[in-house]
Amino acid sequence: MTNTWQDIKNANVVIVMGGNAAEAHPCGFKWVIEAKIENGAKLVVVDPRFTRTASVADYYAPIRPGTDIAFLSGVIRYLLEKDAIQHEYVRAYTNASLIVKDDFTFKDGLFSGYNEDTHSYDKSSWDYELGNDGFATFDDTWQNPRCVINLLKDHVSRYTPQMVSRICGTPQDKFLHVCELIASTSAPDKAMTSLFALGWTQHSVGAQNIRNMAMIQLLLGNIGVAGGGMNALRGHSNIQGLTDVGLLSNQMPGYMNLPTDKETDFDIYMSTRQFKPLRPGQISYYQNTRKLFVSLMKALYGDAATQENNWAFDWLPKLDIPLYDIIKAFEMMNNDQMTGYICQGFNPLQAFPDRGKIRRGLSKLKFLVTMDPLDTETSRFWQDFGPQNPANSAQIQTEVFQLPTTCFAEENGSLVNSARWLQWHWKAADAPGIAMSDIWIMSGIFHRVRELYRKEGGVFPDPILNLTWKYTDPISPDPEDLAKEMNGRALADLTDAASGGVTKAGTLLDGFAQLRDDGTTSSGCWIFSGSFTEKGNQMARRDATDPREQGIAPNWAWAWPANRRILYNRASADPSGKPWNPAKPVISWNGTRWVGIDVPDYTPTLNPSAGASPFIMNDEGLGRLFARKLMVEGPFPEHYEPLESPVENVLHPKVPNNPVARVFADDRAAFGSPKNFPYVATTYRLTEHFHFWTKHALINAILQPEEFVEVGEVLAKEKGIKQGGWVKVSSKRGEVICKAYVTKRITPLTVDGKPTHVIGVPLHWGFTGQARKGYGANTLTPSVGDANTQTPEFKAFLVNIEKTTAPAT
Amino acid sequence: MSDLQSQDYVRRSASTMTPPMARSHEDQVAKLIDVTRCIGCKACQSACMEWNDLRPEIGHFEGSYENPMDLGPSVWTLMKFAEYENEQGNLEWLIRKDGCMHCEDPGCLKACPAPGAIVQYANGIVDFISDKCIGCGYCVKGCPFDIPRISKKDHKSYKCTLCSDRVSVGLEPACVKACPTGAIMFGTKTDMKDWAQERIVDLKSRGFEKAGLYDPPEVGGTHVMYVLHHADKPSLYSGLPDKPHISAVVEAWKGFIKPLALFGIAAAALAGFFHAITIGPNEVTEADEIEGARVLRESESEKSP
Repeated sequence: MTNTWQDIKNANVVIVMGGNAAEAHPCGFKWVIEAKIENGAKLVVVDPRFTRTASVADYYAPIRPGTDIAFLSGVIRYLLEKDAIQHEYVRAYTNASLIVKDDFTFKDGLFSGYNEDTHSYDKSSWDYELGNDGFATFDDTWQNPRCVINLLKDHVSRYTPQMVSRICGTPQDKFLHVCELIASTSAPDKAMTSLFALGWTQHSVGAQNIRNMAMIQLLLGNIGVAGGGMNALRGHSNIQGLTDVGLLSNQMPGYMNLPTDKETDFDIYMSTRQFKPLRPGQISYYQNTRKLFVSLMKALYGDAATQENNWAFDWLPKLDIPLYDIIKAFEMMNNDQMTGYICQGFNPLQAFPDRGKIRRGLSKLKFLVTMDPLDTETSRFWQDFGPQNPANSAQIQTEVFQLPTTCFAEENGSLVNSARWLQWHWKAADAPGIAMSDIWIMSGIFHRVRELYRKEGGVFPDPILNLTWKYTDPISPDPEDLAKEMNGRALADLTDAASGGVTKAGTLLDGFAQLRDDGTTSSGCWIFSGSFTEKGNQMARRDATDPREQGIAPNWAWAWPANRRILYNRASADPSGKPWNPAKPVISWNGTRWVGIDVPDYTPTLNPSAGASPFIMNDEGLGRLFARKLMVEGPFPEHYEPLESPVENVLHPKVPNNPVARVFADDRAAFGSPKNFPYVATTYRLTEHFHFWTKHALINAILQPEEFVEVGEVLAKEKGIKQGGWVKVSSKRGEVICKAYVTKRITPLTVDGKPTHVIGVPLHWGFTGQARKGYGANTLTPSVGDANTQTPEFKAFLVNIEKTTAPAT
Repeated sequence: MSDLQSQDYVRRSASTMTPPMARSHEDQVAKLIDVTRCIGCKACQSACMEWNDLRPEIGHFEGSYENPMDLGPSVWTLMKFAEYENEQGNLEWLIRKDGCMHCEDPGCLKACPAPGAIVQYANGIVDFISDKCIGCGYCVKGCPFDIPRISKKDHKSYKCTLCSDRVSVGLEPACVKACPTGAIMFGTKTDMKDWAQERIVDLKSRGFEKAGLYDPPEVGGTHVMYVLHHADKPSLYSGLPDKPHISAVVEAWKGFIKPLALFGIAAAALAGFFHAITIGPNEVTEADEIEGARVLRESESEKSP
């Protein structure tokens, strides 16, 4: 989230698209209700199904799964045509005026630089025209046709209301009404909040879905302000924390990337990361990357990371491909390239696409270690549970080690919520049986592996032998010790250049502003710096005082970065420093410094007249309507059909899908065609359950006991499906036999003149736990991900449905 | 606790009583369910099970989000979901938390033949006192909202207590505490009616011209009230009665037959008095037991498919 849960109450319009906040985030949803009741807000829902969120919405519009970019690009077209944008904001705070290189083009579904053989782009043309001074050129009169705003206008011109309706199946009048509600927040004192979740990320164009709405929010002046923002509702209490500390194959803590194998030394690695400002006077915070990186390496390797060895840069793994994501991992397992798997707090047999492929991959392993508080399906993949898990145990040689772990209520620690708050929690109960903490288990593995390297040498022992491990209890480090390590310490006496104050060696840092690139500071996760200082554990603070009752309680827990609650909050004030919305100010310039209810996302004493723009992490200081080279499929979002789609791409039939999607040959062979699988399916959660955990809890199992799919009345009638009757839903990858919920909440959409039916597949049931056994939605889903992140395309694929009888038990 | 609560009785089934008067400072309470801000998350159902230690069986999917499928001896509250296409052709998903309405004029209490098995407190809550319940099922017949359910295991009648145990010590009912969107509120009946009026103004401004409060006068008003978008058509909400009424048989029993019966009781008491002093005590509930068993059989055969 750029903003906070509480801040939702300040919105004038709440748009829920690409998510189902009431269903999946019922507790946070109270702030939407608060916005409606206390702020007169309008709630708008755009979703393939009439959801629980839609049940309390002021306006609902249906959409075909996987067509959000067509819808949102249509919204941009509408805003530009009606001139419903916040002009002063767009001119001053976005890259609308910047001039793009002449050789950047878009034609027939492809941007300039496409290579058909490698399915990738040479992105060199996707950038600004630079002047002789090295700065990006611009035209704030917007006369130059190569201005970003003019290129954008041209790009979205194809997305007329007719075209949107033709692609999305949304009736034109409903689309236009949604546009009108969105446009109402272009007034400087009005704000719209965008609430989204996996309904946008789980597509082959997931990241572009989100970018598209971010662009709308920039055009409306809704980023950085109270009641605005792009608010990703995270689906797990600590999934924000997972990404923050970099638990992804290509990342390190604090959103720094692992080097690639082309970055053979430290200087090359740094050369592409310390962005010089692209316009005069800009902050371009990533100029500090070297300080962040060196401090991380000092946290990892302590005294072994030195100036001489480039802070141990050579010990980091170097990526030969962009990502070793889960889809790739299971591809490798199936090809015998990965033979061991440690599965910590994760249930891929339920959670990842093409369950058959997951089961086959696990069956080929030499060993599988599962660490989980629950008896997961993954740890039982080898056992025959009937049609829901038909396994031939005798033929599976995988050795499975099932290690029971503590759950969150049985340990101290912190969770990072959607609003980036690190909230400390305290152990409430002892763990049952022989369950041990993840920290104890991982430490045990580390000590034993290090011992093996010590005794036996090995090809490259240095990265393991030199890891620093200075915890009070090395066998099971205290969570507070780990939190302090993430926060960071002074390793020598540090003298502040401005104040002359000295931070003594060994003391905890106050924040990442103190980090240095000479090895005198350490910080395990720079964005967490400030969370555990000499003043104590900031995450454990519980003072709910909210000075303006505007949803900002600065002394409740601690938010990264720097306890800032609203990102880009400099943009809540006009160029001179006055709040756009005087009724809901966030920060303002008082003549000598920035003051307000939040920590400024800006240099606190930087005079507005200096002309530094609010988006300080970007080298041009501006919000990007044109993403430059940061997205793999193009600087503007473009509508590409899902990999399994019922229709051709009417915009460019020759480039139907994301042209840079990574698809493995066996996965492509497992894609179905609309001839055999004519219906669009989409998967989702229900309020009664949390993923695959709560089916282990009796009350949740009572509240939603059994697997089902949702089918519209028209299709049900066509197929002779009775309310609550048994159906077989099949994709090219597998079939699910379960009951049908025949509902008015899904209606056929007219897509390119043809009726298109959507089938809803809730995902909670498996074969362990207390609820009734189910096949699992991922039996059906295709193994392909977002081209940037490889998040699987769970939200749009093809199936067939037939009535049937109950499966044999 | 129940001893102290007995001092708050204002009515008691099959009894004539003088309400204890010492504790005279109690407000009438009400639970206000604003269906227009309810998202059907079932946190209320979950909290009800947790607080009251209820665990119905794990059921099946039966073609609706409603689970369990019906109120029951272990299901005291239940979210009901109705798909409604309005006059404009737009869909509305009307979700209502069902359970005891705690009528000011409770049909169950009127119908109950077992002395003291159903009571009403000064705060308005209607409670079942299980050790006095004979399982006859008259309360089921007497209820205008089809709420009480008889257990097949112990032949006693059960329903929502409005968490009378919590309310008596100054806490809100468990469902109210658990509701994430504030759709279930609890307080004095006056405050709840005032708050409902504010909600109705907001709803009217959003185009729900018939928004209103459900506090049906036919049962003297209720201590569980609803804010409805369509107060003119309560039955849209999974059969909430448009005009709830206590069955004519029960009314006749109370209105016409009861005076006669009272005379009968007085005569019986007098006879009993002479019986007691001349012959000795007797079992007086046997006929009730037989009748109760009959009603129970009937209600069970109605419920089984």
